[in-house]
Amino acid sequence: MTGWMDHLTIAPIVLPLLTGAVMMLIDERQRTLKAVIGMASALGLLGLAVLALAVADAGTAEVRVYRLGNWPANFGIVLVLDRFAALMLVLTGILGVAALTFSLPRWQKAGAHFHPLFQFQLMGLNGAFLTGDLFNLFVFFEIMLAASYGLALHGSGLARVRAGLHYVAINLSASLLFLIGVSMIYGVSGTLNMADLADRVAGLAAEDRGLLEAGAAILGLAFLIKAGMWPLGFWLPNTYSTLNSASAAIVSILSKVGIYAVLRLWLLVFGDGAGASGGFGGTVLLVGGLLTVGFGSIAVLATQSMARLAGACVLVSSGTLLAAIGAGQVSVTGGALFYMTSSVLAVAGFFLVIELVERGRGVGADVLAVTREAFGEGDDEDADDGGAGVAIPATMAILGIGFMSSALLLAGLPPLSGFLAKFAILSPLLAAGPEVAVTTWILLAALVLSGLATVVAMTRVGIDAFWASPAAEVPRVRVAEIAPVLLLLSLNLALTIQAGPAMRYMEDTARSLHAPQDYNGAVLSGLRAAAPGAGGTR
Amino acid sequence: MELILSLGIGVLTGSGVWLLLRPRTFQVIVGLSLLSYAVNLFIFSTGGLRTGAPPILEGGRAGTLAMHADPVPQALVLTAIVIGFATTALFLVVLLASRGLTGTDHVDGKEKGR
Repeated sequence: MTGWMDHLTIAPIVLPLLTGAVMMLIDERQRTLKAVIGMASALGLLGLAVLALAVADAGTAEVRVYRLGNWPANFGIVLVLDRFAALMLVLTGILGVAALTFSLPRWQKAGAHFHPLFQFQLMGLNGAFLTGDLFNLFVFFEIMLAASYGLALHGSGLARVRAGLHYVAINLSASLLFLIGVSMIYGVSGTLNMADLADRVAGLAAEDRGLLEAGAAILGLAFLIKAGMWPLGFWLPNTYSTLNSASAAIVSILSKVGIYAVLRLWLLVFGDGAGASGGFGGTVLLVGGLLTVGFGSIAVLATQSMARLAGACVLVSSGTLLAAIGAGQVSVTGGALFYMTSSVLAVAGFFLVIELVERGRGVGADVLAVTREAFGEGDDEDADDGGAGVAIPATMAILGIGFMSSALLLAGLPPLSGFLAKFAILSPLLAAGPEVAVTTWILLAALVLSGLATVVAMTRVGIDAFWASPAAEVPRVRVAEIAPVLLLLSLNLALTIQAGPAMRYMEDTARSLHAPQDYNGAVLSGLRAAAPGAGGTR
Repeated sequence: MELILSLGIGVLTGSGVWLLLRPRTFQVIVGLSLLSYAVNLFIFSTGGLRTGAPPILEGGRAGTLAMHADPVPQALVLTAIVIGFATTALFLVVLLASRGLTGTDHVDGKEKGR
């Protein structure tokens, strides 16, 4: 292990930070230069993430801890790289490259500072996945959210500002809840380090336990607002449908950050080692997830526009994940992780396909025209005339395939990975024992019915868009716009074909999440032997 | 001291929540500010309330929390103030943009009943 490899853990945070900072210094008119730098950074991040995945999966050092300033874990801040974090880093990296490529022909010109915001978004996401400290999680959440406010409003326009106002207000309130939860947990346990907290939960006095659980519940509320659990997720379809599609593709992973935080903290703090608090809140996750699936399915059926349909699909996938996590079984969690990977890629691809399809129908196009006019972009004409606008052959056919594959993936129909993922969630639940619990049957019914609802809605929208359009004008699609869609879909195809190795990785991840001794041991190594009283006991 | 602080936090939170639920954007942003004051005070109070304790280590004495004020909540509250201020300022910009685009200060961008 070389010295450089040790810094692999912090590199996915530092690289976009520096890139974004450098971009701020470059004049806004140097768009090509910014695009090149941004693309290099996004590709570099993807490379780093894949490397991190390989390192985390190597088996020898599964959990890598990076101590900033080399302070021991509960004095200093730590970054932790394990399988789960590495998986999320790779997903972020893929979405980053895909969304940035998609934005190059069009969306990067729709307003100011798109590229720096995009880099800060990546930085916030990567930081949230890597941090091993509750308060740092808050800081990275805020970086991520601040960048997402900018991206959500990118392109401006009435609908965006109106939805953005709600989005910002709701997330500011959620951040306040986050702070209350974190400070309550600190007040009771005297630590902010996640592993240290997990260590101390079992030994808490009975009268403090209620306070800790209340703090954890308030903290969980903040995460569940991000994840869009019913009844906290009414803002989600509204906001996501107004986003420009390049931003939507990257921002769609924000709901999974909520899921990530719930899964990580819940299994760490309220796992089997938590004594009397073990399994706290599991029922809430299960029932809330089921209700979210129900609400999401109704929303899927009720929506007319494609963008809102995609938002509703995000709700369904969040609900499915929460319910599967709430089931609290190792093998089910493995299936849930597989589902998350598949649905993140599918939803992002769907957001991109939607815009291309809508462009032919001229709905999104006039909004775009207005915003471009408002910004008075002079160099748009030469970009348009530069030959890049040649419609690629068989555009509608490719878009149709993209749309259909997204529909299959989101509905969970064979032969693509969406089906395998749902199967991976359900089969261990049914195989758990001779007696299958009622909740399992409800979950089974919810998953199947939500799939049916998605198929119905997708078919309706698809017929409307591809077969019944009165003015069958072929949208002008550039290679840079169709390529990310195909990339995301082919990754899903690869996930289907290589389901065996992928599932093995997910199951290993789930096992280490359910048995966090390795995680705790690695983070706290060298600390437990320290003198008593040094741990800041209060 | 505990009573005064808790009452202060309670009043700030109560007013903040009430204002947050009002239909005008200006009320919402003032509500959010009040709530963030309440939360900041709350974070500060989790370190335990005490007077006359030195904030940093003194020479010749072992650093335990029995003798010093807990420094962690102070660091947290500083960060929370900075972040809260920045995000509230950002919200103000969105609020003004919304006012300019819609011509109303209603949170939904249109007056009720119109």
